[in-house]
Amino acid sequence: MRSERGTFGNLDWSVVLIWLTLVTLGWFNIYASVYDVDATNSIFDFSINSGKQLLWIATAFMLIAIILIIDFRLYESLAPLLYFLFIILLLALRFVGVEINGAKAWFQLGTLRLQPSELAKFATALLLARYVSTNAVRLSRFKNQLVALSIVMAPVALIMLQPDLGSALVFFSFILALFREGLPPFYLITGLSALVIGVLSIVLPIEIVALIASGVGILWIVLTSRRFKNIVLTLLMVSAGVGFSRGFRYAFENVLPQYQKNRILVIFYPNTIDQQGDGYNLNQSKIAIGSGGLTGKGFLEGTQTKFGFVPEQSTDFIFSTLAEEHGWVGSLVLVSLFMVLLFRIVAIAERQKLQFARIYGYCVAGIIFFHFSINLAMTMGLFPVVGIPLPFFSYGGSSLWSFTIMLFVLLKIDAHRTQVLTR
Amino acid sequence: MLENRHYVILFIFVLVGLVFLIKLFALQVTNESYKFRAERNTRTRIIEYPFRGLIFDRNQKLLVYNEPIYDLMMVPRDVYIPDTARFCKMLNISPGVFKENMKLPPGHSSARPLPFIRKISHEEYARIQDDMYNYGGFYINPRTVRKYASPILANELGYIGEISQSQLNRDSTGYYRSGDHIGLTGLERFYENELRGERGVSYKLVNVRGIQKGAYLDGTLDTLPQPGKNLITTLDKEVQEYAEWLMEGKRGSIVAIEPSTGEILTMVTAPSYDPNLMSGREFGNNFRMIAADTNKRFFNRAIQAVYPPGSIFKTVQALIALDEGVITADEKLKPRKKHLGGHAAIKPYDVPEGIRVSSNNYFYEVMEKVVQRGVEKNIFRDSRTGLAKWADAAKKYGFGSPLGLDMAGEEGGLVPDENYYDRLYKKYAWAFSTIYSLSIGQGELLVTPLQVANLGAIIANRGYYIKPHLVKGFEQNGKTEFLPFEKIATGNSTEYYPAIIEGMARAAGYTAGMAKIRGIEIAGKTGTAENGIKGETIDHSVFMAFAPRENPKIAISVYVENAGWGGGAAAVTAALVMEKYLKREIDHRGWLDREAYIKESRYLDNLKKEHP
Repeated sequence: MRSERGTFGNLDWSVVLIWLTLVTLGWFNIYASVYDVDATNSIFDFSINSGKQLLWIATAFMLIAIILIIDFRLYESLAPLLYFLFIILLLALRFVGVEINGAKAWFQLGTLRLQPSELAKFATALLLARYVSTNAVRLSRFKNQLVALSIVMAPVALIMLQPDLGSALVFFSFILALFREGLPPFYLITGLSALVIGVLSIVLPIEIVALIASGVGILWIVLTSRRFKNIVLTLLMVSAGVGFSRGFRYAFENVLPQYQKNRILVIFYPNTIDQQGDGYNLNQSKIAIGSGGLTGKGFLEGTQTKFGFVPEQSTDFIFSTLAEEHGWVGSLVLVSLFMVLLFRIVAIAERQKLQFARIYGYCVAGIIFFHFSINLAMTMGLFPVVGIPLPFFSYGGSSLWSFTIMLFVLLKIDAHRTQVLTR
Repeated sequence: MLENRHYVILFIFVLVGLVFLIKLFALQVTNESYKFRAERNTRTRIIEYPFRGLIFDRNQKLLVYNEPIYDLMMVPRDVYIPDTARFCKMLNISPGVFKENMKLPPGHSSARPLPFIRKISHEEYARIQDDMYNYGGFYINPRTVRKYASPILANELGYIGEISQSQLNRDSTGYYRSGDHIGLTGLERFYENELRGERGVSYKLVNVRGIQKGAYLDGTLDTLPQPGKNLITTLDKEVQEYAEWLMEGKRGSIVAIEPSTGEILTMVTAPSYDPNLMSGREFGNNFRMIAADTNKRFFNRAIQAVYPPGSIFKTVQALIALDEGVITADEKLKPRKKHLGGHAAIKPYDVPEGIRVSSNNYFYEVMEKVVQRGVEKNIFRDSRTGLAKWADAAKKYGFGSPLGLDMAGEEGGLVPDENYYDRLYKKYAWAFSTIYSLSIGQGELLVTPLQVANLGAIIANRGYYIKPHLVKGFEQNGKTEFLPFEKIATGNSTEYYPAIIEGMARAAGYTAGMAKIRGIEIAGKTGTAENGIKGETIDHSVFMAFAPRENPKIAISVYVENAGWGGGAAAVTAALVMEKYLKREIDHRGWLDREAYIKESRYLDNLKKEHP
């Protein structure tokens, strides 16, 4: 029996290997981004980020050991408790949190700083998986949709209060898991449409957006059916879209503060925004990435990286270090690693007999995918700059711990999937 | 059914991954502009200034060199001053200046160094050096400044200063940049291209705060600065110092030339200033002070002052007449009547005697023979043709236009020719009787002391000169290159020179009896330039001479303003300077203490008796 080989034998070693590769590459890139030509500290120097990250990696191994020891059934049963614990922690931030870069998102414990919103994703994923896997729940039902939405939105609301837009955005990744479990495609399509209309509203006048929406509507009617009901529904959708565009444009112009507006505008019009001001981060990040060329400048040879031109170099903009020093080839390796990881997680999720485990797997895939996408997109100017880390790669303990916990809890549950049958 | 949805999710993953790879390909591989922008971010160009060439005298003695000075630089971010009052006291600055200097210019990163105090002298630096360890965020940036070995030759050597905007606009070579130093006057200006050398450029990597982080491309694009060429001047430092000492407190000039080479041995203009004032921290203040001085200390009388030549010009009159063949050297010529006043008796003179006694009436006759030769019946037409010949000849002796000295600002003086008088009166409305005062060097004639010294050289050379110059060559890396110079002939013939020289030798013993050098015979001619300024009654004392009479080594002109007759102040000064050059020291034997006579202005004593 497979089960007799124990947790260790049933562990998905391919994912462990990818995890180890990403963490190691991340560690080297953190060293490259804090490397000082004159100081030439060693990569193990605990006074610089690479040394500290090594400590975080070592503690991550301890966390993995603990996760592998703990009974796999515990997570499902503890889910509500964990969820409420993190809701309380997020609330507590309002009172005892420390403010860094304008967001009250951290607890300070001596020299240690912890960001509860990272692990709140984990707790939310567990509770959501448990709720949706309940036999009576059907995601096609509006009532159940509402409960699922509430589970996700409670931490989002608290995180938005900090405010930490980036972390809040990541909670939308749960839509992937919900979609897989039966959420009507309408939500996914509406979400994507809203995104497309939003982008169009910023770059095009309202008349053109209306024209495009009408065009798409007519095409839809021609391609599907010309029945009266379909025509009316389509017309309603088009009007709603145009109305959304109008409202979005208004909100963009009048509600958003100027610096946030600029962060969005710089994506579409890179040369019109002050490159020493609001456009600085993106401009320098693009210079670092763009100057990497096909094969890069070589390890520790990235000038933009070494000389501190890109801000938040070892955390949010760690990708620009890799892209400058290892070029497009290095970027290809990184993107491929994440693709393989995501495919493996989906495959693991799909082979679960327990619905809870499957949903949880999709939640993990979604969270990693959102972090990866938003992080890369913002460094190359495809998404506004919101500060979220690249999983396993960016410097920082909270981020590394929470992704490691999320991933290895999935692997632990997966290792015992055959035991579920015997129950 | 729902199971198939996982393909949708995988499709979304792949789609996003592909979008990233395509966007990255566009950024990294197809777009080259980011590489340039990355270089622009991190590369900085640093100019390394070369050593400016040194200036030597004719005996390899140093005249101008470079002295280190120090800029006290600060890195505002790192500044640490425990006791501001003590800090100010150490640097000798007021709290107001301290506050002003601590101010960060707008847009200047606090991590980038900027000068706190510029141009600290070597002595001051040595003094503060020990105390500086008490303070943080300061360091010393060494540079160089021009230094003069002796406080002489201020106007001749000139000074350097920051290039002006108009000079920058005029610079077609594109070599200069704002803030560069450039020779502004004198030799520093004339030989700027030789002295300045070539700048070096190095490229450094800088980080985001502008702090250097090593060489760009390992320094393969860097060039080293090339030091400027050293100037080898024709000046004699020792004689120059002596001559300037003699002229202290006086107005006037001395120009001494080595006749055989045209090399200027000494060029003095008085009053002058200490050239060291025009270098270093107080440049601006000192410049304003000297410029505001009513004594016009920036005015180089040796080449910029013009005077009527007076009796000295009688030698030229004789030379022109002899060269034109209208008189001969031993021909006795008796003035027909007393045309002009003067000390000399009205009696027949030959050329040497005419020069010896400086007979005004004799030279009236001599010039009339040149100008009014009777080739035409009409005396107006006759005078016009004659004066044309006379003026052409006079110009050949280097008068009427600048000699082309290797220094800016040289005046040409004036030799009035036929066109000049046509403009002044009317064509054929003037004759010799109108312009006869030219014959004794008065009238419209104007000459510079340099031209007069050059005349001395012409006579010493018996009929030619070499363009007077201050620099004879350049030295670089131990190799010396000399500038070529040509002889310029002044007349058609030279056989009459012994008569002129005989006259000058006799004159030196007669009108300039005090101007004697033991064992060396001087040939000289005194002059008295009329003082044009009303209310100043005392004339300028002028002397032109060369020595020794045979095989001359030095020709000289001395102008002492408001010092009376030429045989006094000018002649004695000339004799002393020539003696210093020829013998290297002054022989103090004799009845007259010549140095005291000059230094204490004793020549004025007689004048006061004569003109109460």
